[in-house]
Amino acid sequence: MKRARLLAVVFLGLVTVSSVLASVLAPAHYSHQFRDDPDAACSWHHPLGTDDLGRDRFSRLLYGTRVSLFLAPAAALISTILAALIGGIAVFSNKWAEQAVMSVTDLFLSLPWLFLVITIRALLPLNVAPLTSVIITFALLGSLGWAGAARVVCADTRRLCESDFMLHARASGFTGFRLLWRHLLPNLRPVLLAQFWISIPVFILSETNLSILGLGVAEPLPSWGSLLRELEGFSLLSARPWQFASLILLVATVSCFHVAMQSEEA
Amino acid sequence: MKLSWIRPSLVTIAALMAACAASAAPGASELRFCIGAQPKTFNPLLVDDDASETVRYLTGGVLVRLDRNSQKLLPELATSWTINRDGSAITFVLRENVRFSDGTSFSADDVAYTMQKLMDPNLHSPTGDAFRSREGTVSTKVVGKSRITVTFPGPIVGLDRLFDQVAIMSATSPKKEMAVLGPYYVSENKAGAYLLLDRNPNYWKHDPGGRQLPYIDRVRLDVQQNRDIEALRMSRGEIDFINSLNAESFEALKSKAPQDVLDAGVGLDSEQMWFNQVPASPLPDYKKAWFTSNSFRRAISSSIRRDDLVRVVFKGHAQPAVSFISPANKFWFNQKLQPHAFDSQAALRALNADGFQMQNGTLHDRAGHPVEFSLITNAGNKDRERMAAMIQQDLAAIGIRLNVVTLDFPSLIERITRTFNYEACLLGLVNDDLDPNTQMNIWLSSAENHQWNPGQKTPATPWEAEIDRLMREQASTLDAKKRKQDVDRVQEIVWEQQPFIYLVNKNALSAVSPNLHNVHPAVLRPQIYWNIDQLTLGNEVATAH
Repeated sequence: MKRARLLAVVFLGLVTVSSVLASVLAPAHYSHQFRDDPDAACSWHHPLGTDDLGRDRFSRLLYGTRVSLFLAPAAALISTILAALIGGIAVFSNKWAEQAVMSVTDLFLSLPWLFLVITIRALLPLNVAPLTSVIITFALLGSLGWAGAARVVCADTRRLCESDFMLHARASGFTGFRLLWRHLLPNLRPVLLAQFWISIPVFILSETNLSILGLGVAEPLPSWGSLLRELEGFSLLSARPWQFASLILLVATVSCFHVAMQSEEA
Repeated sequence: MKLSWIRPSLVTIAALMAACAASAAPGASELRFCIGAQPKTFNPLLVDDDASETVRYLTGGVLVRLDRNSQKLLPELATSWTINRDGSAITFVLRENVRFSDGTSFSADDVAYTMQKLMDPNLHSPTGDAFRSREGTVSTKVVGKSRITVTFPGPIVGLDRLFDQVAIMSATSPKKEMAVLGPYYVSENKAGAYLLLDRNPNYWKHDPGGRQLPYIDRVRLDVQQNRDIEALRMSRGEIDFINSLNAESFEALKSKAPQDVLDAGVGLDSEQMWFNQVPASPLPDYKKAWFTSNSFRRAISSSIRRDDLVRVVFKGHAQPAVSFISPANKFWFNQKLQPHAFDSQAALRALNADGFQMQNGTLHDRAGHPVEFSLITNAGNKDRERMAAMIQQDLAAIGIRLNVVTLDFPSLIERITRTFNYEACLLGLVNDDLDPNTQMNIWLSSAENHQWNPGQKTPATPWEAEIDRLMREQASTLDAKKRKQDVDRVQEIVWEQQPFIYLVNKNALSAVSPNLHNVHPAVLRPQIYWNIDQLTLGNEVATAH
């Protein structure tokens, strides 16, 4: 298991470094259209060929990895913080407030979030730069994806509050912020970390879903989701296996996150 | 252990069999194809989108029908008709013993009711716009049950052809617009998923052998925005035809089954972009000034490489567009006009003359605002998304930042027709007829589909006033030469002013399953199913012919 985790971490590290160095490694800018060379096969100039507008696929994969890999953890951070706050409020408030908070959580869990994201995106201002648009998309995903994690955090916080060591801490005179900071949060950390790691692949896949619907990252910025849209060209795939590079990278990265996360939980 | 496995399986099989039995009668034939969106309305008078038009065509009964192949008018609910000398009144003799799908009788009162609704200014019927050649009211005179005269305030050219679009509604049926006279009626509507149209049991038409039409019992319209999935379903045999294919799917299907695809050459449809020129829109004043500037619009147009759009996006299955009339429309197309040539230097010179200046690679207007705007288009239409991405790069070359935004179709329609909260839009125009008179609902400044600034009380610009005058004039004279001159002039004005920046005219591409018979593809819409009541599926062909 340790070996698998090591491999996963090394892979994630390599992917992260290459995406950070995209501007150095990429043969062309992600938006440059080689219009005389659309749908080109692999070559020295274009290691993964070009897309239907003649854009270098390898460059777009590097930049797209940067977008998906950096913004998904940011969205996961937002949702985990929200989950911690909302789960914590539910436990530390009175019974009526707890019921209200949990009802809101259940409501969020039952909402068809994909449609909700689509609706909210349609209401946003149109004239925003692609990068801003993608940040907004991930922020939306983060701020709507806290409900499941909040339930877990709430249950774990309640369990901890009723535990012997917390009773002992209270009996020793610890109250309020000190009790929270010194005793509760350190014990809640594994749960929060697990929720954070679980959320990352979920948000990567959510952005992918939005992009496949044509509602994800705006042109010309690439993301894994927008790169996966190429795979909709069903009949051409067998002739162009290199189009699967984005899918393979996505599956490998999400799998590595899971391996890393399992070890973290263990 | 075994028994407990078998019992639920038997229950499942029984449930599946029951479901199958409920979904279709034994031996019932079902034609399947896709529509791009949920129809916006079932009211045939309010149709202004492709999906609603499909439902109207399949369900609506009309007085006369244009044969899409011969382009001649055929009698339908009217057995004969006469137009008066100046083209301002038409008298129909109606078919007798015809009933709506719900059993209500059809009479001249229904035609009078439909005309009254159609021309009601409060209804804002896009179909009704084509009949508005002059200000005034429309009167109807019913003589008995089967004769009616409709009189318009002024002459209308091609008056009888316009009735091809007018589905007759029942004046008395409690089902209102859901009671229809066409070959099918809407039996089930699962919003966003599918529509089922069942054969109208009261449809009046029979084949020469006395068999009631249509031959196919049921039509299933699957709502499918994604054209790739539509093509995939076609290749799997899950749908029977694709009325209009995009170039990528066409090439893909062609590589697998070249006999199933057809490129009929340049079609009537166009792809175009336009700027929001609505005075009451919530845009800043400086942007309104850009968008209403002719120099600005022309500069944008000159900066777009249309040849690249044709070659890269449409794989050569298109032509650079010139005007609102396609070169396929040989009589009405103004042969003197050429597509706007790509010339980014000329565009920059024109912008400089208009007060725009390039600073550090970014174009700024007279007041120093960087030139940046958003272009909305419908999500899921890959061709438009690609065109938008190419235009984005073309405009970047003259220092303009274009933000491409894809929206789901209802949100897009909401913005361009109600809130006007958008800057530029890229969409296509579907042409149903060769006669430009049917485009009155776009070109009249008062029309609801006058997209860049719809529903004007008085024309906002002198050139729009001139278009109004010319379009009304051509619609009210029977002199073909004069009409041609008027329409040519309108094309010149549109070419000069570019309220719509025409990009390409797509070729008419389609695919038909070998299982579907009696298909006669036409350039006019609906290309494949225009003779829907004559189509047959599979082994039914023997009985139909």
